Amino acid sequence: MSSLLTISLVISALHLALPILMPMLGGLISERSGVLNIGLEGMMLIGAFSAVLVTYFTGDPWLGLIGALASGVFSGSALALMTVTLRGDQVVSCAAINLIGAGLTAALIPVIWGVDGLTPSVEKIPVVRVPLLADLPNVGRLFSSLSLVDYACFALVFLVWWVMFRTDAGLRIRACGESAESADAAGIAVVRTRFFAVVASGVFGALGGAYLSIVTLDMFQASMTQGRGFLALAALVFGKWRVWPGALACIAFGFADAIALRAQILWRDIPHELLIALPYVLALLALATFVGRASGPADAGKPFKRA
Amino acid sequence: MKTRASRPDTAPVAIQLTGVSKHFGPVKANRSIDLSVRQGSIHGLLGENGAGKSTLMKILFGMMRPDAGRIEIGGEDVTLRSVADALAHGIGMVQQHFSLIGKLTVAENLILGRANSGFAARWLQKLDLESAGRRAEELSERLGFGIDPFARCDTLSVGARQKVEILKALWGGATTLVLDEPTAALSPPDAEELYALLKTLQQDGTTIVLISHKLPEIMRLCDRVTVLRDGAVVGEAEIPRAYNAPAEKQALEAQLVRLMIGRNRPEVPSRSSHIWPTVLSVRNLSDGERFGPIDLDVCGGEILAVVGVEGNGQGQLIELLMGLKKAASGSITLEEANITRKTTLQRFQCGMAHIPEDRHGLAVADRMSVIDNASIAFVDGAPFAPTPFWLSRQKRARFAAGVIRRYRVRAASVEAPVTSLSGGNQQKLVVGRELARAPRLMIAAQPTRGLDIGSAAAVHEALIGLRDRGGAVLLLSLDLTEVFSIADRIVVFRQGRIVGETSTADADLDRIGSWMSGIDEETQK
Repeated sequence: MSSLLTISLVISALHLALPILMPMLGGLISERSGVLNIGLEGMMLIGAFSAVLVTYFTGDPWLGLIGALASGVFSGSALALMTVTLRGDQVVSCAAINLIGAGLTAALIPVIWGVDGLTPSVEKIPVVRVPLLADLPNVGRLFSSLSLVDYACFALVFLVWWVMFRTDAGLRIRACGESAESADAAGIAVVRTRFFAVVASGVFGALGGAYLSIVTLDMFQASMTQGRGFLALAALVFGKWRVWPGALACIAFGFADAIALRAQILWRDIPHELLIALPYVLALLALATFVGRASGPADAGKPFKRA
Repeated sequence: MKTRASRPDTAPVAIQLTGVSKHFGPVKANRSIDLSVRQGSIHGLLGENGAGKSTLMKILFGMMRPDAGRIEIGGEDVTLRSVADALAHGIGMVQQHFSLIGKLTVAENLILGRANSGFAARWLQKLDLESAGRRAEELSERLGFGIDPFARCDTLSVGARQKVEILKALWGGATTLVLDEPTAALSPPDAEELYALLKTLQQDGTTIVLISHKLPEIMRLCDRVTVLRDGAVVGEAEIPRAYNAPAEKQALEAQLVRLMIGRNRPEVPSRSSHIWPTVLSVRNLSDGERFGPIDLDVCGGEILAVVGVEGNGQGQLIELLMGLKKAASGSITLEEANITRKTTLQRFQCGMAHIPEDRHGLAVADRMSVIDNASIAFVDGAPFAPTPFWLSRQKRARFAAGVIRRYRVRAASVEAPVTSLSGGNQQKLVVGRELARAPRLMIAAQPTRGLDIGSAAAVHEALIGLRDRGGAVLLLSLDLTEVFSIADRIVVFRQGRIVGETSTADADLDRIGSWMSGIDEETQK
């Protein structure tokens, strides 16, 4: 019984970690290219909403997922247009994305479904049972409760790490974030690179949102991301803008969440708000004490314009 | 007297610019410039700050598009839309400001933006840093650098970074190398090394364009020089390797200076005539780390120069004197008042003034207006207001206008941000502002770094004026020519200690050089 508890804890931790991990990767790509993306929360909400909307009308969650990714391209492009092309203030532009994301999705629920706050449930992305592995004792349960999207997310972590830190394209993106002027002098198209990176971060944000609405759950609820877009940014800082430490931070958040949920059931006397808040309080303390001074990409937040 | 046979005047033209013009708003940075650079030569581009040298070279490097004009490279008409275009035509450039990315390694900086692999390869293939590192090692060995290709650039010294810049410019097989004020940030020994390197590159067949406002540099290295003033070519001259008489060289130098600044070279000022009592007295001062303990005295009516290779304690000395850093031991006395424990503000009020080395970091607020920057130093608002809470705009404007007039700052408008002024004019503004405190002790850290001859002379004149009125000046400089021309006494710093002291009149350049490098001690050991 206790081993079953453990594996189910791992599963729920993973389910809770991935919707932080995906936007974390998006934030990493964007910030490494020199654009602060505090708009991930809004991008997640738009992604989560689009996933449910498309799934509702087509009945196919895979089309819903594609719809979410397309919404990420759209919201990413909007942010890139404001910050990279028009060189607007990055913080203000991101705040706009967050406000639009939260407001628009909440407002469209009654318009489309005629109810407030909560959409009807839709088809979910199905879990797959991996042959043989699923028959293993204990850990077998893990391989029968994950979907293809989960596996794809793991692959994406590796892919982002590989592209950002092992390839020429990644070097170019990082150069734009460290010093746009130097990158320009080295013949790199800074504006194009940053535009692409912000769009990519929009896609990752939307994927995180869609994971919540059609992988973990089967519906959209207003403000359902509950600050995960911001948590992703915290994880990014924890990991000092690197992929693996950042991913570890996300998984730690996932476990903290899972344990808090479990503790609610075990110890009913403790106010559950406190339990839910505990991981974040611990994170805050960690950030303020032993993580040390984190310094991100040097040119992040500064619009680039040729002299 | 004509040039050596190895560089015949008939050598083919590597770069030909015809009628190149560029304007920024109302400012004409380049006015129909013609420039012809022979293959295999070192071509100097001489001019004061703001003469349009850098703009011209940025056009050649594809960083800016000219408004008009033609560019020919190797006899072929080209349009340079981007840096990548320029690189493809074999042009490499070393920018005035370092263009390396500190957090990346040398090898990463070298291959940045250079791989011309296909789309898929760029996104998925592993970057071949090993072979890039090997190639960097080979290249750096051939040029006589000992650079570790896998070191992070922000761990390298200034001299080493400059070498990496050159490696980077040559990396793509550049046949023409443009260097924009390459020695601006280098100490004299590093600059010597660079000169030797440029000669080696020339022998390898590289064409070099050297942008500089330092005449000695141009005279030593270049085969031919083009002089720019106010965005236009004002003269060109061959520089012979050998002269029939020393007077010939002096005549050529004088002619170039006249062309460059439009008038004769400013006079070297007179020495101090009278020494007043001690103004600053430092005893046993140490920061508890790698600085000190030192003893130092500066008298009124004296300019004391602190020299040494960059990073040998000069920076700490200033921080300790200004109260930006706490002294671990020792005392600082200004005019018989012990100021060791005083704050920076109190030190200012005791009669100190400071021209910082880092103009943008410490001396001016870039986005604030000329008026604000002129009056910013008077924290309690003394000359401008009845109370610290109310500053009279009129009085501040009058004050700024006074500084501008007195120190001949060229400013289009006092309302414009200070960055609208050229570097030299910003510095003159800072110097004027600091002198307006009527200081007893002026700490001037590299006050003429990066300034042209005219502005540098104005700064020197101002410091000498203060000295002649009985003020004390502590001058930090990496430019020994400057030290010899205005200082009365020289102390040499090495590893945070004073290793030598001499009056300028008895100073011997070789001895100062050996103090700076520490050769003395090593031979004694």
